[in-house]
Amino acid sequence: MSETVESVSALIIQKLLANPKVPRDIDGNCKIMEDLAFDSLAVMNFVMEVEDTLDVSVPLDKLADIRTINDLATCIVDLKNKG
Amino acid sequence: MTSLFSKFDGTASALGALVQAGGRNPFAVVIEKPISSTVGVIEGRETLLFGTNNYLGLSQSERAIKAAQDAVGKYGVGTTGSRIANGTQSLHRQLEQRIAAYFGRRDAMVFSTGYQANLGMISTLVGKDDYLILDADSHASIYDGSRLSPAQVIRFRHNDAEDLHKRLKRLDGTPGAKLIVVEGIYSMTGNVAPIAEMAAVKRETGAYLLVDEAHSFGVMGEKGLGVAEEAGVEADVDFVVGTFSKSLGTVGGYCVSDHPELEMVRLNCRPYMFTASLPPEVIAATMAALEDMQEHPELRTHLMANAAHLHAGFHRIGLNASRQVSPVIAVTLESLEQAIPMWNRLLDLGVYVNLSLPPATPDHRPLLRCSVMATHTPAQIDQAIEIFRQAGLEAGAIAEPAAL
Repeated sequence: MSETVESVSALIIQKLLANPKVPRDIDGNCKIMEDLAFDSLAVMNFVMEVEDTLDVSVPLDKLADIRTINDLATCIVDLKNKG
Repeated sequence: MTSLFSKFDGTASALGALVQAGGRNPFAVVIEKPISSTVGVIEGRETLLFGTNNYLGLSQSERAIKAAQDAVGKYGVGTTGSRIANGTQSLHRQLEQRIAAYFGRRDAMVFSTGYQANLGMISTLVGKDDYLILDADSHASIYDGSRLSPAQVIRFRHNDAEDLHKRLKRLDGTPGAKLIVVEGIYSMTGNVAPIAEMAAVKRETGAYLLVDEAHSFGVMGEKGLGVAEEAGVEADVDFVVGTFSKSLGTVGGYCVSDHPELEMVRLNCRPYMFTASLPPEVIAATMAALEDMQEHPELRTHLMANAAHLHAGFHRIGLNASRQVSPVIAVTLESLEQAIPMWNRLLDLGVYVNLSLPPATPDHRPLLRCSVMATHTPAQIDQAIEIFRQAGLEAGAIAEPAAL
């Protein structure tokens, strides 16, 4: 396993774009709740999908500090490296 | 200057739209007077109550009313203190012993509400290096408990034991205890937890298991102890949390357990320590209602028969109702445009149910949440089904006229 923040961020964006309601021009700096109009439940459910793809669990308490797609990618890479 | 209240702008406009669309504020319904456990006066009219969680009808128990009256005369109206200070009277300990004995457990803690029971147990049991493993559709009290705790919180897919297993396996080798939290019956949807499968995962992974039987106590299992009793896995449940405000018709929460350390939880549990204890009349009424429940097992058979009656009726008229039969039956609607007029029309026609809106519902769809009672008569249930048919047709929730 050698995910980088860039590769995880790209994967998250790809997953987000599968949802037709998500704006087409998103990038790693987009804020997940504000820019994508996700409520807290939608964020948690989306993170669950990413967790399954990357075989990692992101504790909910960590989600509180995550605002952008890149924040989420960084957090996941940290978690993977720790494991 | 930023207004303190600007954060509520979204709620205010959503509420404005709800009232505009239906003519009423669905969160400000007033039950002016209960006529019986199943009928209340709302807007001056006698209305069938199908949304009160009063599963056994015991909020109007004569024995509980009498017990409360006697207790008030004897003990006064309140304790004016916390359980660990001056707020424990002999009645509180009696109730704890009775609840523990009814569950066949070592001890019980009684809290001032069911919400506080979850908040307190969940926030206290897990520490910084521990993991809380929650069902994704958990009640707000469980999520709030997780926020109050320093533990790491992991969600698993709703009622999915395989997903729970997978997420626990990912934690293999990490230090810290793991506490799985599930509910017996999920309050919004009426979904019943596959508790035997969850218990098997618990045994295999060495985790602890807490089951919130708030909506299944008095409802499932031969003694009414909930889903764990029904599935024969009580021994795998480390902590049962529940409430007195559903089947027992009063208010308050509890946790029962065989772990002797429960005594230490009392001294570390902020939602237990820093609030006033239940007033004596509530404790007395709760013990009386528990006696009612123990002496009248037929209440549970009536309840389940009534649940099956309403469930079958909803499916017959073509509503998208819960799959499983339980006393919580949710009708899922596609949009607010359907749900708001239908809920208002139901109330106009004399049936009160709960309107549940996203994000408090799974899948972002609105629910008309019904709760059935042991004390509903077959005629009341038939009447409710007919009113749902009429309101459902008008709201477009039922595709075409279905024969009753």
